[in-house]
Amino acid sequence: MSNLGSTAVVGIDPASPERRAVGISSAAGFASGLMNGFFEWFGSLGIFSWQVLKAGVTPPYEGRELLRQLDEVGSKSLPLVALAGAAIGVVISLEARYSLSRFGAKSMFPATLVYSVIQVMGPVITGLVVSGRVGAGIGAELASMKVTEQIDAIEASAINPYRFLAATRILACILMLPLLTLAADACGLLTGWFAQALVEPLSFHQFIQSGFHGATFNSFLPPTFKTAVYGLIIGLIACFQGMRTTGGAAGVGRAATNSVVLASLFLILADVVLVKFILVVFP
Amino acid sequence: MATAFDNPVKQRNEKGEGTAPVVVVENVRKSFGRHTVLNGISLSVGRGETLAVLGRSGTGKSVLLRLIIGLEKPDSGSVRIHGQDIAGLALDQLGEIRKKMGFLFQHAALYDSLTVEENVAFPLQHHRGDMSKSERADCVNHLLAEVGMEGNLEKMPSDISGGMQKRVGLARALALDPEILLLDEPTAGLDPISSAEIGELILKLQRERQMASVVVTHNLHSAKTIANRLAILNEGDVVIEGTYEDLQHSEIAFVKEFLTLS
Repeated sequence: MSNLGSTAVVGIDPASPERRAVGISSAAGFASGLMNGFFEWFGSLGIFSWQVLKAGVTPPYEGRELLRQLDEVGSKSLPLVALAGAAIGVVISLEARYSLSRFGAKSMFPATLVYSVIQVMGPVITGLVVSGRVGAGIGAELASMKVTEQIDAIEASAINPYRFLAATRILACILMLPLLTLAADACGLLTGWFAQALVEPLSFHQFIQSGFHGATFNSFLPPTFKTAVYGLIIGLIACFQGMRTTGGAAGVGRAATNSVVLASLFLILADVVLVKFILVVFP
Repeated sequence: MATAFDNPVKQRNEKGEGTAPVVVVENVRKSFGRHTVLNGISLSVGRGETLAVLGRSGTGKSVLLRLIIGLEKPDSGSVRIHGQDIAGLALDQLGEIRKKMGFLFQHAALYDSLTVEENVAFPLQHHRGDMSKSERADCVNHLLAEVGMEGNLEKMPSDISGGMQKRVGLARALALDPEILLLDEPTAGLDPISSAEIGELILKLQRERQMASVVVTHNLHSAKTIANRLAILNEGDVVIEGTYEDLQHSEIAFVKEFLTLS
């Protein structure tokens, strides 16, 4: 009897070629399954994107549903996004004042706050907040509709679900993200100035003049409108995850979670690419 | 003695007159993974006819309805609606054919964020832009009255019972005045009285509207009441297809067992 512990197979040496072969085969199978799943997911996403694009650019256009989604994505996300922007403004203000004081560069504070909020933190924070609120909402809503056959009922009523459900939501996300980002930026700058003004008197007029000194549209518009790409990512992934759900209530939960996680991940990865793109195209 | 369906092109109505079939399912096979659900079945339904499809659970009855409405595509064979094969059609082309069809899902599949009124009005809003708001409201009221659900306009689907949801689902399925009506287990989960009421309602609508209907059920009593012809599926094949009397006189062991235990 082997004395090598509970994981030993009786009669087979753990270091034997047979056991190594079994281990390698299991690992290869796992990796193969992972790769298959990876390519299947991206392939299905590609097919879904094409269906949505085809449906979205051909009439009849779902104007009423689009308006409803603009309200759902935009107006209802505004308070949360504004709050997040305001919080970021205070945080950057506190951190920047401390860091700049150490290097004797307090005069750079307005520009630091303005550029940090508008070019970096405002877009990313807005994207992540909307990914959580809207992404989870869309993923859960469509997943719930999928498992209760409501999407089939829409299709059976001769209404294209890619047009009615997906294209409207994705377009709403694309249109609303830049506007929400502007709101987050505005709140961030306001609270950032306020946090600074509490410690050291600085008029808002002075703050704006100093902060935007030498800035051009190229400094601020591309970072704001890159959030349209974030909107595309959030809407597309949430709709895709929702409309392919199976598995009842557990499936709905997975769809909501996966929508947020994947959208957030791809959003951050896209930010890396977009920042480089903007620096090259808008030097 | 009735045999399995052997004339896919022409069907006789109760009077024996020829009627061109509206729905033709020909040699359709459908599998999910390794599991073959339908093994080359053929059926057809003409205008004013009701075909009831019976069988054990998991024999592909609901899959058959989903193939007819185009929610699934057959692996082989054809599904023709008014002579047009729907399998290869794009979604928007299929939509034009679906406007002539109504589908009642097994659990009604009402849109849970819309009221009863909004559910029934949904197809009208999308496809009857020529209707004014008041015309649409009148149409919805008429449809709900037809199914005995007037006075429930503002209720949400979660506020009404399963039987009431089925009635609203039926009203929605009839909204575009379809030529073809597909009903998936219309009496499933209902008490005997509600089942009988739904059966009577379907029969009344059939007489008035003369639609081609396919009803999937495992309620033999309901099938006898509302259908001209019955077909029994087993292990992916149509075992028998004919009137109830044909089924009663069948010598096929499965059919005898099915009738005995129903």
